[in-house]
Amino acid sequence: MDTTVAPSVNQMSGRPTGEPTLEAIGITKDFATLRANDDINLSIRPGEIHALLGENGAGKSTLVKILYGALQPTSGEIRWKGKLVVISNPAAARRLGIGMVFQHFSLFEALTVAENIALALTARPSMSELKAKIRTVSAEYGLPLNPDSVVADLSVGERQRVEIVRCLLQEPKLIIMDEPTSVLTPQEATDLFVTLKRLSSEGVSILYISHRLEEVRAICHHATILRHGKVVGECDPQRETAARLATLMVGAELRELATPPLIEETAWVRLAVRDLSLPKPTPFAVDLDKVSLTVRAGEIVGIAGIAGNGQDELFAALSGERLARDSKAIVFNGVASGLLDITARRKFGAAFVPEERLGHGAVPRLSLSGNILLTRHSTNDRIVRGGVVFSSEAREVSDRVSEEFDVRKGSPDPEATALSGGNLQKFVVGREIDRHPGVLVICQPTWGVDAGAATTIRQALVDLARSGSAVLMISQDLDEILEISDRVAVISKGQLSEPRDASKITREEIGLLMGGAGEAAHAH
Amino acid sequence: MRIELIRRPERSTTMAFLSPLLAIVLTVVVGFFIFAAIGVDPFRGLYVYFVEPLTTDWSIQELIVKAIPIILIAVGLALCYLSNNWNIGAEGQFTAGAIAGSALPILLPDVQNFATLPLMLLMGIAGGMLYAAIPALLKIRFGTNEILTSLMLVYVSLLFLDWIVRGPWRNPQGYGFPGSVDFSDAATIPILVEGSRLHLGLVLVIVAVLAAWFLLRRTITGFEISVLGQAPRAGAFAGFSRTRMILLTFMISGGLAGLAGISEVAGPVGKLDVVISPGYGFTAIIVAFLGRLNPIAILVAGFVLALTYIGGEAAQITLGLSSKTANVFQGMLLFFVLACDSFILYRIRFVSKPRAQPSGIANASG
Repeated sequence: MDTTVAPSVNQMSGRPTGEPTLEAIGITKDFATLRANDDINLSIRPGEIHALLGENGAGKSTLVKILYGALQPTSGEIRWKGKLVVISNPAAARRLGIGMVFQHFSLFEALTVAENIALALTARPSMSELKAKIRTVSAEYGLPLNPDSVVADLSVGERQRVEIVRCLLQEPKLIIMDEPTSVLTPQEATDLFVTLKRLSSEGVSILYISHRLEEVRAICHHATILRHGKVVGECDPQRETAARLATLMVGAELRELATPPLIEETAWVRLAVRDLSLPKPTPFAVDLDKVSLTVRAGEIVGIAGIAGNGQDELFAALSGERLARDSKAIVFNGVASGLLDITARRKFGAAFVPEERLGHGAVPRLSLSGNILLTRHSTNDRIVRGGVVFSSEAREVSDRVSEEFDVRKGSPDPEATALSGGNLQKFVVGREIDRHPGVLVICQPTWGVDAGAATTIRQALVDLARSGSAVLMISQDLDEILEISDRVAVISKGQLSEPRDASKITREEIGLLMGGAGEAAHAH
Repeated sequence: MRIELIRRPERSTTMAFLSPLLAIVLTVVVGFFIFAAIGVDPFRGLYVYFVEPLTTDWSIQELIVKAIPIILIAVGLALCYLSNNWNIGAEGQFTAGAIAGSALPILLPDVQNFATLPLMLLMGIAGGMLYAAIPALLKIRFGTNEILTSLMLVYVSLLFLDWIVRGPWRNPQGYGFPGSVDFSDAATIPILVEGSRLHLGLVLVIVAVLAAWFLLRRTITGFEISVLGQAPRAGAFAGFSRTRMILLTFMISGGLAGLAGISEVAGPVGKLDVVISPGYGFTAIIVAFLGRLNPIAILVAGFVLALTYIGGEAAQITLGLSSKTANVFQGMLLFFVLACDSFILYRIRFVSKPRAQPSGIANASG
């Protein structure tokens, strides 16, 4: 790409030298009363893979939006190759040579790869010219891609390649990547790292936003760590341990999870799923294909998988938001539940925590005590009596949950939307665990929550299981699955692999199953 | 200078209270200019319209009589709207209720006992409910847009009423004029205070308002209404049925509209006539929103809208203005209510200078 900027050293050790490509000096951004960025300095050198680390709410997204022109800083300045610039909008950022690959893709499913890319370009080359260019760039950077494929048919990893190629065609000097591996299998992530190193060796800088410390340690030259909107440290991640980086991010030592060994190996089966098949409800959903599994009292079974492989459909079927076709397909605590609605399943001791907190697990504009009522109107006789709601009882439960799960809130009974993501998640999980359910089905228990809250929630899941309940956890976070599951299964294209002992399965094996290796073994 | 709407971190309780009042003030201010524009002394116009009706016993009674059907309907609509179901056809359910309830005194004029009126009221409620069930079932079964179906059914019911009072149900002794026989005393809503026009409907209104308030505030059904209205997915997760709620809220609002309809023909109108409502079913939509879908506030809002009717009549008589003046004021009021409601969730910011400068390299020296 740019040959005038000579990248110096770059062989996975040592930070490249040279005049910074981009420098942010004293960036401050206020939102009403909240200071999201506080006097942030950031300097990215040519050919550098620069990690931006921080918990949710640390100010990473705000800073990135400022660098990409989507937000204007309250004060502070940005220098591009030494010159003061004002980046007033994303188009201006792209003209300077700043590209961005978003966490959530912005692709049109019904269009081809080439058409999607053409839409984003300011210059309008002919279609054949563009296709040739896409082929060259994708071959050059190890991003295999067919320009004529329709996006709807592509895997998540391939869609990300489209975004990256689209970005590369604009010949950027700096690429911002927001949590790029969160949707990839370990193998796909490895392929991505090869591409990133290749780019870096050509002098392209990469600002790499992630909370996965291991991969930051593996590929980044330098890390800037944010906490509460401020830079709290800069370091060479290759010389730090993951634990040390985590401590910098969180600002305190992380509590170790206490996971006593599984007590009974022949405990009774609290959740049994047998040959559960359901056709997809919408064209972009997934068919559930003969899903079978058992969860015994005392254990946590984790279901890994890449987003969009049937997790939502499986959760809806287990919760009863969508009924199965056979009552024996789902058995909770010995009760055939496939045709029971969610309220009846709750009465038989099941509890559910969906992935989306706001709008699914909780009503945003409803008070916390109102949200207690949401899932407990029929399981706790004291809150609703004869159709009449006794809000003081709901309030009591809400206070108890807040107390036990350390839910931090500004007023005694705020609306759900006023809580931060982590605190609301603690509340939503706590609301179910407070009932001491026999079976808990939980989806993405710590998605988007800070490390402190994640530890609290995972510990609560372990404690619940060890006290004799069965926990089924659907998660895309492999670290989380391996940390607390006793057995692991992988969902891929609506099929579930045979659960395996978590202590004996490797990441690579899980990765292969995520990519669909389990489907052949499951042939029918 | 630019005006931006900024989302408030929390909804403003002050604005929730002020918004309807602000809307009324704005309506009066704009009304001032409208009077001036059509050559009426604005002060006199506003006086005749908004103040004079409140100065005599007779007109205050008239105000209450007009407010009764409006509030009855609006309370039901509020439940419907809170659950995110948009019943725009209350005027049709009002008419259906009036026709259904009138069947008894028209077809069996000799049945005159203590049960006649209660039976008529029940038939009126049933008529409104069944008529409201049509758009509800269409929505449940075929996913039709209830705004369109309920609105179109208004015209069906009005034309049916027109046909029936000119045809089969016309008073044989009516010299060929359309309209049914006059209802007997047993088929007429009793007057509350001797010598006044205040009828039993006022009691029905108070009962309906209190019942709706209790339902919304204290019962699990009220909770279902607001959850399904605000977050349908969370409602399904809670185990609440969307279809049941569509049917329930349509039936409640239809039933109350039907009750208003039969109370109107068995009361102030006195028979089933060609025209039995000046658009109460539509005015009630404005009342429901002016009362911020809260039953108690709707009670107050109903009187405000009733005033626009009485004021409109007075303006027609005293100032010689068109009878459509009332519609103009009602329209403005709804417009301002909806506009002012934005301030509950948003605040206005005036931006004096464009913040974003032209992109590219700035030639600052620092």
